[in-house]
Order: sequence, then structure tokens, then C-alpha cells
Amino acid sequence: MMKNRRHIKWGFLFFFLPVVLWLFLLIVLPHLELLRLSFTKANTGKFTLDNYLAFFNEPIYWLTFVRTAGYSIIVTFIVMVISLPVSFYISKIVKERISGALMILILVPFWVSELIRVYGWMILLRESGILNHFFVSIGLFKEPVEMLYNDITMIMGLVYTSMLFMVVPVIGVMDDLDNSLIEAAYDLGASKTAIWRTIIIPHCASGLVNGGIIVFMLVLGSYLTPNLMGGKNSLWFTEQIYNQIILYFNWNQGAAFGFLLLALSSLIIWVLLKLTKQNLKEVVK
Amino acid sequence: MIRSLPSSKRYRGGFTLFIVLYFIFLFAPLVVTMVLAFNDSMYPSLPWQGFTLDWFFGNGPEKYGIFHDQTNLRSLYTSFKVALAVMIVSTFLGTCAAFLFEQENFRFKNALYFLMIAPLVIPGVILGISILMFSNTIGLFIENHMNVYASFLGPGFPLVVLGQSSFISTIVALVVSARLKKFDHTLEEAAYNLGANKAEVLWFITLKYLRPSIIGGAAMAFLMSFENFNTTIFLVGSQATLPINMYMQVRDGSTPVINAISFLLILGTSIFAVINLSKGNKKIL
Repeated sequence: MMKNRRHIKWGFLFFFLPVVLWLFLLIVLPHLELLRLSFTKANTGKFTLDNYLAFFNEPIYWLTFVRTAGYSIIVTFIVMVISLPVSFYISKIVKERISGALMILILVPFWVSELIRVYGWMILLRESGILNHFFVSIGLFKEPVEMLYNDITMIMGLVYTSMLFMVVPVIGVMDDLDNSLIEAAYDLGASKTAIWRTIIIPHCASGLVNGGIIVFMLVLGSYLTPNLMGGKNSLWFTEQIYNQIILYFNWNQGAAFGFLLLALSSLIIWVLLKLTKQNLKEVVK
Repeated sequence: MIRSLPSSKRYRGGFTLFIVLYFIFLFAPLVVTMVLAFNDSMYPSLPWQGFTLDWFFGNGPEKYGIFHDQTNLRSLYTSFKVALAVMIVSTFLGTCAAFLFEQENFRFKNALYFLMIAPLVIPGVILGISILMFSNTIGLFIENHMNVYASFLGPGFPLVVLGQSSFISTIVALVVSARLKKFDHTLEEAAYNLGANKAEVLWFITLKYLRPSIIGGAAMAFLMSFENFNTTIFLVGSQATLPINMYMQVRDGSTPVINAISFLLILGTSIFAVINLSKGNKKIL
């Protein structure tokens, strides 16, 4: 027995070492370094709070931060509102034969890279774009209108790029909803609104929260869509990070911004998980 | 309300219209991008100037098609190299992690598991900057203490591969774990009883059973790496990957050669997506 216990478990180590190296070298230590740099001065390497103070003292920084957070919440909410009827249609209304095909149709566009999808919207919406060409030629517009580079277009783009991550989990829970519950409510004379309010939406809550966590995180951390579709005044916080690190080469300031973004996304995800009494394990399943 | 219940024509019609509009919203930017790849014009916009294949095969002096566009071809090649390396690294790490968390028991297992799924909810931008800063610090340390300049720790190919693998490995791990959970361990016991050793069982029984999920995970790793922007932008050196190269062209105004590249990528990913989905692999993350 003793001999057996001292025997090194090579099989275990073979799996354990790569995973531990990966998680510590690429996740834990880099984030600790991010935290350390955010509290040090650029040239001297001494401890300082300046990088965080700069964030609070410069309105442009914290305003961007608040705007990014606010817009991310709005986008997440819009995505939820659109995803519910879409999932309901695919899961409950359309014939089962078609539902599988629709599901594939919904998934395919999201395999395409975000950049191409945003580029497609740019071709459609810009001043020399397809929609302007169309509207001018049918006489609806007198002259082309710039539809890109404003907040509404940017929000639409963010909704578009993150939609799938809500639709898939919501369809998942919608499929589990027993049709007879809806039938019973209907037979007992419940109105459509009552059925939605008391049966469908409560049942889908877990799917909505899971999707919401992923969508919120993706939107908060997105760079391409706000950068290419938003206007000069609609700076996203990831762009501030990019500017500090790539343009100004001020890594310590960039580290502080990065850490603030990480803290915000972790906080919101934590709150959502607590509110719905789940843990992260179930969400990523 | 649902399939089995009677509903008014207006309700059904209204709902169908909503879904049709949703699908137009989903596909309009992709279709437009693809169609304009064949427009005989210097700009990716209407009016339609006639059909051409110049943006694919054109060899100057006016139009350089994708197959003669050195910059884009080079970035395509870089992306392929990166994606191949990421695929190998993250398939190995992900499979190790799947075995570790599904088959082994050890102290701090839950904490380590939490660390493994964390990259899914850390914005890609943050992963990028923290890995950049950490490797830079190590590089400086090596330079100061050993007087060697470790160029592989600066932005460039190795860093891009590591940065992307840091979160793509997690996705592979989840895909492989899902199948490993359903594995019937009596198969392993039978093999042991018949005289197989541990390595043989792993190779001939367990890995063979896992093969579809490992291939699926590897394919997904390849695609995710190929399309990644947010993490890569901070780690890339002088050799731009395709999304980064395309981003700069899209930002600064582009010719329809971008549409030609997009056409090929959309076609490629759609075929890939349909194959993957028809094999019942509905995981999208």
C-alpha cells in the first residue's frame, strides 16, 4: 500500500501540468501583472494611484466608461426583447420540419467574422451606400443621407453582432417548455399577454440570463463595431484602452483602464448570477 | 398561440412577417457584400456597372484581384499559420483539461475549473493587453539579468498564438468534456481485463471514442483563431493577420477586393457551419 501511494501518478501529471501551465502563464500571472502595472508609475516603477485618479479626474474617461456600460445594458435588453419572439416562433409556431432548417439559417451568419458583418452594414448604410442609392432612386430621399457614424446605428450593429448568443440559449429553454401548459392556459381562457407574462417569460428566465451574460460581456468588450459604425463622439471604452496602449504608449494608464473594464464586467456578471442563483458552471454549459 | 392551438390569420401572418423581416435583417449585409464582389466598379457601392471577376483574378493595372494582391495574400497566409498553430496548441490543452476535470480528483479542483472557464467571460481586449504586458515584463527581466534579447516575447507570431490559445483552449475543453461525460467506463475496464496498459487504453479506447468531439473542437479552434481580432490586435507584430489587415483597409476606405475576400470567407465558413451543424454539433461558443 505505502509503495503504491508514493508512486508518482504519471497519468495525472500528464494532464495536470499542461493545464496548470496554461492557466497560470496565460491567465493568472498576466492579470496580476495588469493589476501591478495599473498601480505603478510609468518610468520609475513606484507605487501610485495616479492612473486611477486620472480616470476619475478626466471627464472624457469616466464618461466613456459610463456610456459604454449604459449602452451595453441597453443592447443586452434589446437583444432579449427581439430574441424572445424569434425563439418562440422557431421553437413553438413553425412546423417542426422547418424549424431545424431555420435554426441552421440563424446560426450560419454568426460563423462569419464580425468584421465582414460590420463591413456589410457599412456598404448598406453609408452615404454612398446601397440604401441611399435605393431611396434616392425611388424618390424617397432628395439627396443621400449619412446613416453611419451615429449612436443608433452603432447600437443596431451591436445588437446584430451579438444576437445569436441570446437566441441559442433561449431556443434551448423554449424547447423544454411543455406545450400542454400553454394549451391549458389557453383552454382556461388566458389572454396572450397573460400567457407570455406568467408562463413563457418566467420559464425562459434562465436562458435569458445566460444569454444576457455572454451578450453583455461581448458588447462591453467589442472594438470593431463601435469603432467602424460609431461616430467621432461615440467613443467606446475599449477604444480608450487601445489609444493608451497603441497610440500613446502609456501602458500603465492602459492597464488601469483594462482593469476597470474587467472589474465592471465581472461585477455585472456576478450580480446577474446572484440574482438568478446560478453559478458560472451552468452558464457556460 | 402555438402549433397545436388555433390562431387567427392576422396573428399568424403578423408573426411570419416579423420573422421574414428578421431574416432579411440577418442576411442583408452578407448578401450585399457578396454581390458587390462582382461589380465592375472601383468602389464597393452601386450603381451596378456590369459583372466582372476582376476582383478575384484581375492582374492590374487598374484592378488587382485577391489572387494578385500581395498584401492580402500574405496576411491570409499568416492567418493560416496562426490558426493551424492555435488549433494544435488548444486542442492539446483543451483535451488535457477535459480529462483532468472529468476523470481526475484533486485538491482545488473547483478553483482550477473556475479559472479554466474564466477566459470565456473576460473581454478579449483584456486578455490581449495582459498577455502583452506580462510577456514584455518577462522579456525585460531576461534582458536585464541574462543579457539576451528574447525576441519571441515581443509582439509577433508566438505571442498571437499563445494569446488566442488562452481562451480557445477553454472552448475545446468544453466541447471534449461534453462527450467525455457520456463515456462508458466499462469499455476501459474491459480493455484492462484483456491486458491493455494505460497508454493503450487511452489511445485505442478513450481517444478513439472522443475523436468526433476532438475534431469538432479543433475545427472550431481553427475558425475562431482565423477570425479573431480583439485579442490579436495587441499581440500582432509586423505580420498582420487577415482580420487586422482587412480592418485597416475597411477603416481607410476600400476597393471591392475586400468584398471578394469576404465572398470567399462567407462561402467557406457557411459550408463549414452547415457541415458542423448537420453533424449535430450545436455548440456555438
